[in-house]
Amino acid sequence: MELVQPAHLQELIDSFANKDVYIHLETTNGSYASHFKEGFFNAGAFIRNVVVKYELGKVAGESPHRIGLKLPYGWVYAQGITHYTLDEHGRLLMAGLDPDGKLAVSLEISETPFTY
Amino acid sequence: MIKQERHVLVIFPHPDDEAFGVSGTISTYREMGIPVTYACLTLGEMGRNFGNPPFANRETLPQIRKKELLKAAEAMGLDDLRMMGLRDKTVEFEDDEKMVKLVADLIDETQPSLVISFYPNLSVHPDHDATARAVVRAIRRMPESERPTLYTIAFAHNTKEVLGDPDIIHHVEGAAKKKLATMNAHASQTVWMMQDMEKRLAEQDPEALKWLHYERFYTYRWDQDFE
Ligand SMILES: [Zn+2]
Repeated sequence: MELVQPAHLQELIDSFANKDVYIHLETTNGSYASHFKEGFFNAGAFIRNVVVKYELGKVAGESPHRIGLKLPYGWVYAQGITHYTLDEHGRLLMAGLDPDGKLAVSLEISETPFTY
Repeated sequence: MIKQERHVLVIFPHPDDEAFGVSGTISTYREMGIPVTYACLTLGEMGRNFGNPPFANRETLPQIRKKELLKAAEAMGLDDLRMMGLRDKTVEFEDDEKMVKLVADLIDETQPSLVISFYPNLSVHPDHDATARAVVRAIRRMPESERPTLYTIAFAHNTKEVLGDPDIIHHVEGAAKKKLATMNAHASQTVWMMQDMEKRLAEQDPEALKWLHYERFYTYRWDQDFE
């Protein structure tokens, strides 16, 4: 994955618009967050291989970026995106990595299902 | 003193769960000629260490960790590694009976005299606790006389309050090199920790040496069952 180049990422997001696409969306502090820091309120969410069709997708803000996908009846949104790649399977993988390289948020878009 | 066993079955949810506190023991069993089966439930698909600059992404991580697990098995001299195909962070949401059956089938097949896993509800990560519950339940259903011994690992902050001190202490200094090789095999997860650890070992830090040379377990006590 490379640091986000907003104009290029915008082009890639546009290329998946108005198609049925599989989404992976994840936020995490890590399963050990409240073990290492007593009292830490550990929250996160994860969905994978949910099919959506978005009519408009935008890269917003300076790095770390926000990505929003407008659906006919709703939204998909990720905050903190720093890195991206279009992998060899044509999937758009985006991630927010903290300065230590630990993933905090991930948004991925694919025309084919992600593995399990 | 490490007891002779007929067959040892190790069950953990993540590649690297075996490395920190059990790899010296597994390596020693293998040197004693004891068959060891390691069933690893997931490939740690949801790991967070991608590096800066990143060496992995969410979709390539499982393959990286699979290779690391194979390398770790080789470092321990382990020739029966089972990858069970579950997904990281989802173990507790699987059907409880399916999980018990997964463990029971492994026990039926390998007929272990000893099972090694986590201790239920004292092992911090939800996957660890879910694995431990399935292991305890599967063994509990066996007739008492046929049950394998169960060694458990626990590291929640309140472990000592609940379980006291571990009753099994393995001196595994002879397998120190293999233990370090196992830790290093899981580089995507351990490279930061190992940089610090190798420095401390070079300085003969007593805590680091204790970690390298001794592994500690709680024998599961059926008279103090967790549920
Ligand atoms: Zn683990």
